[in-house]
Amino acid sequence: MYLGVRTTTIITRVIIYTVIIAGAFVLMIPFFWMLSTSLKDEGAVWLFPPRWIPRPIVWENYKTAFTMWPFGLYLLNSVKLVVINITGILLSCSMVAFSFSRLRWPGRDFFFLLLISTMMIPGQVTMIPIFVLFRYFGWIDTFYPLTVPSFFGSPFYIFLLRQFFLTIPREMEEAAKIDGCSTFQIFSRIILPLSKPALGTVAIFTFMGVWNDFMGPLIYLNSESKRTATLALGFFRSAWYGGTHTAVLMASSMIVMLPCLLLFFFAQRYYIQGVVITGLKG
Amino acid sequence: MKRYSSKLARKEALEGYLYALPWFIGFTVFTAGPIIASFLLSFTNWDLIRHPQWISFGNYKTLTEDPLFWQGLKVTSIYATFSVPLGIAGGLAIAVLMNQKIKGLSVFRTIYYLPAVVSGVAVSLLWSWIFNPDFGVLNYLLSLVGIRGPGWIYDEKWALPSLILMSLWGVGGGMVIYLASLQGVPTELYEAAIIDGASSWKRFWSITIPMISPVIFFQLIMGIIGSFQVFTQAYIMTNGGPNNATLFYVLYLYRNAFQWFKMGYASALAWVLFLVILTLTIVQFKIANYWVYYEVGR
Repeated sequence: MYLGVRTTTIITRVIIYTVIIAGAFVLMIPFFWMLSTSLKDEGAVWLFPPRWIPRPIVWENYKTAFTMWPFGLYLLNSVKLVVINITGILLSCSMVAFSFSRLRWPGRDFFFLLLISTMMIPGQVTMIPIFVLFRYFGWIDTFYPLTVPSFFGSPFYIFLLRQFFLTIPREMEEAAKIDGCSTFQIFSRIILPLSKPALGTVAIFTFMGVWNDFMGPLIYLNSESKRTATLALGFFRSAWYGGTHTAVLMASSMIVMLPCLLLFFFAQRYYIQGVVITGLKG
Repeated sequence: MKRYSSKLARKEALEGYLYALPWFIGFTVFTAGPIIASFLLSFTNWDLIRHPQWISFGNYKTLTEDPLFWQGLKVTSIYATFSVPLGIAGGLAIAVLMNQKIKGLSVFRTIYYLPAVVSGVAVSLLWSWIFNPDFGVLNYLLSLVGIRGPGWIYDEKWALPSLILMSLWGVGGGMVIYLASLQGVPTELYEAAIIDGASSWKRFWSITIPMISPVIFFQLIMGIIGSFQVFTQAYIMTNGGPNNATLFYVLYLYRNAFQWFKMGYASALAWVLFLVILTLTIVQFKIANYWVYYEVGR
């Protein structure tokens, strides 16, 4: 049998759509599963075959997540860390990126190469001496080890911002210079306002990174009252081996994931743009 | 005039250093200093309490005879060998499908990207529950097609494949990047190839792959570096078990440093990790000469 060109194209497109829709469905299953479990009562969790739509729907689990332990406090701790880190990263990285993209100084290109190569150094290599240093400062069980480094730049974000600053036409700052603008004014009145999308991307990435960080809080925080939401979830797990509270655990996980999902929905453009910028220009 | 401009240049250079100062300090205190310190520490025996004791190559000698070190290296290498190429192939395949001018692209892109947005402990907890052998959704779905699923993360043989499978959930992260790079391939190339009678399979391998090879290469490098740093999943889901089947390298390093306070030995582990990653990266760059295609003038 000989199929016409048109028929083959239609068949191909049907196959493509089927594969894409099936794939999307498979990728969503874990989310459905989490949501479904988080709304079950403890008996329904241990049913086989499982029910996708819980009967009854137990919204209580989300309340229990907050009353069973000081989950609100843990979330607040996470928020604190996120806010301080975003401030630090935006300040320091935009300054450094400005220097690397807009100012001329001897050794600049060499140091930029050095900066890029440090992106490839795994954090575990520097982790132990940094821990020793912070311990020497008496900073164990404080937020300082998790916030102070953000004020000293991060290669990844400096790189991202530099790439963006380079796309801003030079004519604008030449004109500003002729009008007598200082370097700081060029930075704060021209470069920064024009770079809002890139700064937004950096803020979002920082949020995700700090919010989901587990190893940092695990190493530095001891007191229960200082735990971040992520760290607390990790400890919940070890208390969970008995097999109870699965529904509440899923509700708590849902709460921790939600800000990331919402942020992605509302700032998708910035997010994907950032991923593409850093992913394409290696 | 000349003096004036050099004065200006000097001012600009001074400002340049000033604006870059945060990174200079950060680089010294949080990168360069610690790397050197970690190197020195790796030749000592130190429990954080007593003075560090110089033991020369002692730690490195212990390391070669430590079965758990080799286990960590093995587990991490197997994980990287499967999860990185599978992730790249999967992400690329989806990107190619999405690049066929399909309707509702942005909706599909969002759905595929969503799992890559979430990470860490919450995801690990979710997957622990998915992998539950008796009540988890995975074995339930398998039972629908008549397969009796294994014990997943609770089974020594299946624990590592489980974590590899889980990593593929985030395959949409790379997809976005490949999609952007596919859209950057000039259409003239395809048009010329069609006139020459090249099949779509041939066009994919002879045009698409070479044109986006720098992106694939970058993803490969970062993917390998990332997979050598896996920690949270292993710590939360399996705690290295069962029977050390998921004892990832960094998990073993963490235990040495922060549970057993063997700072010297952990530093040696960290340095070996550094060297392994460095070697792999250099080797990748060497191999890249044979398959990565850079346009002239890029």
